Amino acid sequence: MAYKKTKSQQFIFPKSPTGIDGLDEITNGGFPKGRPTLICGGAGCGKTLLSMQFLIKGITEHNEPGVFMSFEEPSDDLTLNVKSLGFDIEKLKADKKLIVDHVRVERSEIEEAGEYDLDGLFIRLGHAIDSIKATRVVLDTIESLFGGLDNQAILRAELRRLFHWLKAKGVTAIVTGERGEATLTRQGLEEYVSDCVIVLDHRVIDQVSTRRLRIVKYRGSTHGTNEYPFLIDADGISVLPITSLKLDNDVSSDIISTGVPGLDEMFHSGGFYRGSNTLISGTAGTAKTTIASYFANEQCNKNEKTIYFAFEESPQQLIRNMKSIGVDLEKHIKKGTLQIHSSRPSLNGLELHLLTLRKLIKEFQPTTIIIDPISNLITVGSQDEVRSMLVRLIDMLKANNITVLFTSLNKRTDKFRPDLAEESVSSLVDIWITVRDMEGIGERNRGIFIVKARGMGHSNQVREFVITDQGMELLDVELGPKGILTGSERQSHRIEKKMSDMKHQNEIIRKDREIERKRKALEANIEALRNEFESAEEELNILKATEELYAKLTSKKKKE
Amino acid sequence: MKKEVVAEWQLLLYIAGQTPKSIKALENIKKYAEEHLAGKYSIEIIDLLKNPQLAEGDQILAVPTLVRKFPEPIRKIIGDLSNEERVLVGLNIKPLNP
Repeated sequence: MAYKKTKSQQFIFPKSPTGIDGLDEITNGGFPKGRPTLICGGAGCGKTLLSMQFLIKGITEHNEPGVFMSFEEPSDDLTLNVKSLGFDIEKLKADKKLIVDHVRVERSEIEEAGEYDLDGLFIRLGHAIDSIKATRVVLDTIESLFGGLDNQAILRAELRRLFHWLKAKGVTAIVTGERGEATLTRQGLEEYVSDCVIVLDHRVIDQVSTRRLRIVKYRGSTHGTNEYPFLIDADGISVLPITSLKLDNDVSSDIISTGVPGLDEMFHSGGFYRGSNTLISGTAGTAKTTIASYFANEQCNKNEKTIYFAFEESPQQLIRNMKSIGVDLEKHIKKGTLQIHSSRPSLNGLELHLLTLRKLIKEFQPTTIIIDPISNLITVGSQDEVRSMLVRLIDMLKANNITVLFTSLNKRTDKFRPDLAEESVSSLVDIWITVRDMEGIGERNRGIFIVKARGMGHSNQVREFVITDQGMELLDVELGPKGILTGSERQSHRIEKKMSDMKHQNEIIRKDREIERKRKALEANIEALRNEFESAEEELNILKATEELYAKLTSKKKKE
Repeated sequence: MKKEVVAEWQLLLYIAGQTPKSIKALENIKKYAEEHLAGKYSIEIIDLLKNPQLAEGDQILAVPTLVRKFPEPIRKIIGDLSNEERVLVGLNIKPLNP
């Protein structure tokens, strides 16, 4: 049954969608159609549930009837078990879409005497498939046969025949198997089922259990090769791909305001890009939540649906606290644009948190999400796990073009360098804003600055901000002789500046007056000189006149 | 071959068509029954190819399967029944003439 991949680009490997959240993504469309798939794993790792979900979703979503042949649980138990997960088998059975057949193999009841084959099983299965025209079949767990029957040679031969028969029937089958010591399954089923093998695993690390799934092989198709965590919750199984296979989400160039007066101006573009993710980090009490609430408020004012995940405060507390600085979140909740979800991070494992986020996002369809703070999640997982969860979260949000703002509490370090939580996300985020304490003599001021902002110019200044009853305000930059001034230095610098300004003003006035005086003196001098000049001129004129007169007189005398 | 008393031994033989194995099994069980249970047994043959829905009721996996319906508890013997000793042990029949 070697399968050769065609060169043709149009060729699409026929697949049956699994109906399991996320599994279709990593298998590139589902299980191989018309072939058996082996699902193996230890006890309690979700094999039965996964296969049941495959059948039920096949019926409800793709109208493909299915047969569930259980070698372990009686069909009533099975019905009950999956009912708790919201699947109503009884109805599907009544609609002739599903057949659940319990094959009981009781060693004590069976005696082997001579040659036999498993035609009985084939006939049962064939009858079930034919009676509802099933295209999906589950055999859970066929290895039980090995416990009930002695003749291994016959069994193996018959199993091989069974898988060939299933293929010939053209049904998409799932065969489950218990994990063996050195082999994938205890009885080496992987020898017979060679098209697609999936391993489920349930591990406990640091008292936190995580279920994982891995595709060991998938003939004729590309698939994700990593171990993907998966969850079993009220809606069944969902697999969370660690990352999408590609990074090719659409990006938006829309700019959205941060909501904090003054902060927008620190970005040359005037705000965040839509769909970007922003990290606000800082030590305790540096107003991270306040900034986050401002952003939420701003988004809600623009009728953008927003979800606020608070891992520290209850919604009521958050609303009350924000009211004290003039941010009214309650009205947005009433209007339906804002949802606040509070839970302790230790409530459940990281994966479940992620799933909760996913679900809420699916239900509410928000355009903005705030997670306050992500650093609290560290308490439930190791750095790697938190990081991988955040990568997946960010991936998912990016794919949906959701703007997200994280806050992160970092420990007070001397270096002001990133802490665990920051380190795990800093390379993932687009914009990183840090708020920090600037401690001086007897006072503490808050400063805000942008560490990075992908794709936009930004200010390099550390801006001081204050929080008053009226809200948060970024103060203008005050440049002193030794750099930017904050707090009381800013105040004293202001007073000093005022005084020097006044002095300067007085000086100018004094100088003005002096000039005025000098001008007056100058003018007086000019007047005096002019007078002198005039009198001299007059004297000269008199002299000239006298001369003339004298000359006239002498000439007259001569004539006579 | 019976009828004075209600058959004390009710045996069912499940087969899937007239295969050599099923024919052999039928021959074998008839022989043993005549030998050890003469007059107090009944054998019913069920062909699953004709009645596939009957396979579920008695939890038939392998064919041929001989089911001892009565006396209780139900016992099953699979195979062509060529091993007489095992059949007798399986049916819990004590050989009359040891």
